[in-house]
Amino acid sequence: MAYAFLILPFFALILVNLMPRRLRAPIAFGLTLALFLAQTAAALVVLLSGVGGLAPAAAVAAPISPGPGIEGLLGFHLHLDLWSLLAILSAGVVGAGVLPVGWSTMQDEGRRLIFASLLLINLMGINGVALATDLFSLYVFIEVVSVSTYILIAMGGEGDAIEGAFKYLVLSGVATVLLLAGIALLILSEGDLSFASLARAAGKGGGLGRLGVILFAAGLLTKGGFVPFHWWVPDAYTGAPTAVSALMAGIATKASGTFGIVRVALALSQGGGAMREALIGVGILSIVVGAFAGLAQRDTKRMLAYSSVSQVGYIVAGLAAGNLLGLLGAALHFFAHAVCTSQLFGNVASVERATGSSGLDRTGGLGKGMPVTAGTSVLASLSIAGLPPLSGFWSKLLVVIALWQTGHQGYAVTAVVASLLTLAYFIGWHRRTFWTKPDAAVRPAVEGGAALLVPVIALSVVNVGIGLGSPFIIGLFVR
Amino acid sequence: MALTVVVLSVMVAAALWSVVTLTMLRAAIGLALVSVLLAVVLFTMGATLAAVFELSVGAGLIPVLFVSVVSLTRRQQQEERPMVRRIYFRRFWPLPLVLLAAGIALTFVHLPIAVAPPVQEGGPRAIFWVSRRLDLFGQVLIVVAGALGIVVLFKEGPK
Repeated sequence: MAYAFLILPFFALILVNLMPRRLRAPIAFGLTLALFLAQTAAALVVLLSGVGGLAPAAAVAAPISPGPGIEGLLGFHLHLDLWSLLAILSAGVVGAGVLPVGWSTMQDEGRRLIFASLLLINLMGINGVALATDLFSLYVFIEVVSVSTYILIAMGGEGDAIEGAFKYLVLSGVATVLLLAGIALLILSEGDLSFASLARAAGKGGGLGRLGVILFAAGLLTKGGFVPFHWWVPDAYTGAPTAVSALMAGIATKASGTFGIVRVALALSQGGGAMREALIGVGILSIVVGAFAGLAQRDTKRMLAYSSVSQVGYIVAGLAAGNLLGLLGAALHFFAHAVCTSQLFGNVASVERATGSSGLDRTGGLGKGMPVTAGTSVLASLSIAGLPPLSGFWSKLLVVIALWQTGHQGYAVTAVVASLLTLAYFIGWHRRTFWTKPDAAVRPAVEGGAALLVPVIALSVVNVGIGLGSPFIIGLFVR
Repeated sequence: MALTVVVLSVMVAAALWSVVTLTMLRAAIGLALVSVLLAVVLFTMGATLAAVFELSVGAGLIPVLFVSVVSLTRRQQQEERPMVRRIYFRRFWPLPLVLLAAGIALTFVHLPIAVAPPVQEGGPRAIFWVSRRLDLFGQVLIVVAGALGIVVLFKEGPK
C-alpha cells in the first residue's frame, strides 16, 4: 500500500508525457486529479483504520519491507506512521485543490502539461519525505520537493517570479549545507542515520551529536520558513503563480521543513530539554513576528505568506511541548492550515482574475459580485484566526493548553494574543477587498468560473467538517 | 596532514578568487580548480570513488557547462565595470577574514568522534544500487524535474 504512493504518480508522470499530443491535456488533468483524490481517499482509509499513534514510540516503528512484484524490483524499505499519513493526506487534499486553479490560470497547453508533471514530481517528493526511513532519504526527498518548487515558482515568468525563485534557491542552498553538515556529524557521532539516532544524539550524545541535531534542525527551519530564517517566504509566495503559492503554503514548504521538524521534535521529546525549549522559542517567535508582519502588509499574497510563517509556529510550538495534547494540536493544525491557506490562495486567484491585482489598495467592493469567494474566504480566515467551531480553533486550543500544561504559561498567552492579531489583519483584508462600497466607475467583478470555485468550496467543506468532527477526532486519541 | 593543509588553503584561495573575480570565465576556472583540489583531498582520505566522481563531474562536466554558457553571453561594457567592481569588493571583503578566523578557531577544536563511520558490505556498488535505492529513485525525480525546468524556463515564447 505505502509503495503505491510513490509508484502510481511515477507511472502517471510517464503516461502523461508519452500520450499523443491531442490527448495529452485532458489525460494529464484527469489523471493527476484522480491521483490526488485517490491519495486523499487511501490516506483517509488507512488513517481511520489506525496506524500507531502520534507519540514518539509509534514514530520509530519498524520499516515496511518490499513485497513481491514491482515492490521487490524497487527493493527499498519505507516508513509509515500516523505523521506520514497526515502529510500524504494533506498533499492529496491540497494538490486536488491546486491543480484546477493552476490549470485555469494558464493558457498555454505546453505549460499546463509541465505544471501537471511538476505537481506529480512534487507529490512524489512529499510522499517520499513522509515515507523516508532515515535522515538521508528524508534529505533527498526534501530536495525533490525544493527543486520542483523552484521551477514552479519561476513558471510565473516575470521579474518577481524569478526573484522569488532565486531567493528560495539561495536560502535552500544554505539550508542544504546545514542539513548535510548535520547528517555528517550525526553519522560520525552515532554511526547511523535512523530517526532513532536523532533521539540518541539529542539525549545522551556528546557535543558532536548535539551540534549535528542543531545544524540539521537549522536546515529544516530554513526550508520551512521559520523566524529568523523566513525572509525568502514573502518574496517566493508573492512572485509565484497563485496556484503555486497555494501549493507551497499548503504543503510544499511544510513537507520540506516542518515535516522534518516533526521527526526532530519527536526525538527531542525523549530527551534534549534545552533544545526542546529552543524549538518552542522558535515556534513562538514565528507566531509573533508573522502576526505583526501580517498586519503591516499591503498585498494579500504577502499577508498570507506572513500568516503562514505565523501559523507554522503553532505547529512547532505544539510539537516541542511534547505532550499528547501538543502533538495532537500540531497534527490538527498541520492539516487545518494546509486546507485553509491553500483555499485562501485559491480565493486570491479569483480576486486576481476579477481585478488583475492582489494589492489591497487596488481591490474593493468585490463582495456583491463574488459572494462565493467572499463567503469561503471568511470561513478560511476565521478558521486560521482560531474561531470556533472551525478546524483552526480546535488545533490552536490544543496547542495553547499543551503549552500551559507544560509550564509555558507566558507562551500560551502570547499564542492567544497573536491569534487576535491574525483575526485583525484578516478582518482588515475582508473589509477592504469585499465589503467596501464598489467604485461605480469600475466594471462590477464576477466570479471566476467552476475551476476556481469548486476547489475553494470543497476545501471549505473540509474545513467546516474537520471543525465539527474535531471533538470526535480528539476523542480517538484522548481517552 | 601537511599536504591536506596546503591543498585546503589553496582550495579556499581558489574559491575566494572565483567569487571576487569579475570575469565569468576566470570564475569557472577557479571553481574547476576547487574541484580538482577537493578530489586530491578525497584521494588522500581514501574516498577513491568520491574523488573520481568529483574529478569527472566537478572538474570536468560542470566547467564545460559553465564555459558553454559564458560563450553565449555578451562582454561587459566598459562603463559598467567600475560600479560592479566597487559593489563586489564592498560585499565580499570580510570573507577572507571570516575564513581565516574560522580556520584558527577550528585548530583548537577536537571533534569527539564516538564511533567509526559504518562500513557497508559490498562497497560503494552495494551502497548505490542496493541499500540506497530509495535515494536513487529521488535522484531520478530531481533529474526529471531539472529537465522539465529547462524546457519551461528556457523555451522561447512566441515572437
